[in-house]
Amino acid sequence: MGLTVERRGAARALVLSGRLDATGVGGLWSDVVRAAAAARRRALILDLSGVSSWDAAGAALLLAAERAHGGSVALEGASADVAEALARLRQAPRPPPAPHRDALGWLYRGLAAIPGGIAFVGEAAVAVLRLPRRARLFRVADMLRHADEAGVRGLPLAVLLGFLIGLILAFQSLVPMRRFGADIYVANLVAIGLVRELGPLLAAVILAGRTGSAFAAEIGTMKVNQEIDALVTLDLDPMTFLVLPRMAASLLVMPALTVVLELAGLAGMAVVLMSSGIPLAAISHQVTAWVAPADAIGGLAKAMVFGLVVVGIGCASGLSTGVGPRAVGQSATAAVVGGIVATILLDGLFAVIFFRLGW
Amino acid sequence: MSAHAVEVEGVAQVFGARTIFRDVSFEVETGEVFVILGGSGCGKSVLLSLIVGLRKPTAGRVRVLGQDMYAGDAGAHGAALRRIGVMFQSGALFGSMTLLENVMLPLEMYTALPREGREALARAKLAQVGLGDAAGLMPAEISGGMAKRAAIARAMALDPPVLFLDEPSAGLDPTTSAGLDALILELRRTQGTTFVVVTHELASILAIADRCIMLDRAAQGVIARGDPRRLREESADPTVHAFFHREALAA
Repeated sequence: MGLTVERRGAARALVLSGRLDATGVGGLWSDVVRAAAAARRRALILDLSGVSSWDAAGAALLLAAERAHGGSVALEGASADVAEALARLRQAPRPPPAPHRDALGWLYRGLAAIPGGIAFVGEAAVAVLRLPRRARLFRVADMLRHADEAGVRGLPLAVLLGFLIGLILAFQSLVPMRRFGADIYVANLVAIGLVRELGPLLAAVILAGRTGSAFAAEIGTMKVNQEIDALVTLDLDPMTFLVLPRMAASLLVMPALTVVLELAGLAGMAVVLMSSGIPLAAISHQVTAWVAPADAIGGLAKAMVFGLVVVGIGCASGLSTGVGPRAVGQSATAAVVGGIVATILLDGLFAVIFFRLGW
Repeated sequence: MSAHAVEVEGVAQVFGARTIFRDVSFEVETGEVFVILGGSGCGKSVLLSLIVGLRKPTAGRVRVLGQDMYAGDAGAHGAALRRIGVMFQSGALFGSMTLLENVMLPLEMYTALPREGREALARAKLAQVGLGDAAGLMPAEISGGMAKRAAIARAMALDPPVLFLDEPSAGLDPTTSAGLDALILELRRTQGTTFVVVTHELASILAIADRCIMLDRAAQGVIARGDPRRLREESADPTVHAFFHREALAA
């Protein structure tokens, strides 16, 4: 397809030639629109006498030129079919303006999610209070299935991550500590770090990545498939039927995941320290002497709260899923991101509370 | 109790600046097959979701079996829900359960039947919709027509006096669709069930409907009501005429 711009008296003529179809117009689209816009103060002629074939894409190009010019446009050499196609396109509604992309849009969306989150917590609390009267809706078999998926099947990952983290922490600490002759205190450092902070935190990250996203996707798919609507019309409260068993499962599995992760971490640390010549008995003594029961209990309590929050966010993301398969993916992503961010924020809060309590 | 199974009074639904419909009113008599029809996008399924209590209308009132669906406490609302059955357009079977477990679920939750009793009843419901030999299959293993039949079996598990069906024939071949129509008429005849059916399948409408209303997107409400066979013959409204005679409307 070719384009020539000619002066015809006071008017400008865009002389088009060749194939005015989907294969031909792409290369000249911007040139034609630019030339039409440049002729804004003059009458514009679109001369199609050299056009050998055309289709709807060609008609769309003519409309784009007409709109770029904005004034009087005459068609020359156009068949009745082209004029008719152009008239049909003119009747189509113009595309809506692109949505305004606000730089702080993510912040507004985050703030807009807060009322929904508060409502979810309220609904969950009401569902727990009503549970004695609606015990049938709480399916223990479902809870055990979720506990199996979230906990038992997550154990290998917890062991692997815990062992590696213990190993890396011990190795990285050993080098500077050795300079001060304090090798043996690496055991105290890593053990306290694992039991008080890293154990619950990493268990929550595992839960968010494996389980929070899975719950969001599962419930989101149910929402898309109208299964949630079906539950409501069967008078089966989705909160009691779907969410509470998952939250109860998280309460069950999080302490176990955390303990396994911490033991694996201590084993990883022991491997490093033993390979540097520190006997196992000395390592064991340091750990048992410095890690108090309150540290372990505080860590497990944190883990349970993290589990509730991660699973709650996963379920809430699933229940708020929009329409279509893309929405399910977005819910799964929101569950992981929300779960991890909430866990870290809560961990900070716990650090302040435990400090005030003198733990 | 009211003689009407369903009463819809001045109902309107608005999403943001978009009015789906307004001032929609009708009654469904006990034991009749009532069809809500109209072209795609006119709000038929939205209207159904308002009637079954899934979404509160912007304005108006809905009563099903004498119970206002949006007034009263949660207990009354729940009791009203247990007296209706809903079949969704996609079937909405629970994907993690077999067909048998899907049908047994409402029985498990709301009857004191022992497991063998629940199972026998659920198998009978599945056999009634022609799925007696498919009880152990998962929803992912069955066709669209079978899913709709199974969804009807689940919806009628508690023998509700009113069944709501959303597009039961959509996407089905004519034979399967005719089979579903026959099932609806059989259930009405044998159990006196009242049906409210949302559909735009002309053959199905003419086969099953006692009365109908027709929604129209441009009019944002009801443009015709009555016996669909009479509407087909007598309506002077161009939209109604075009719908019943499968004609394209002038732009």
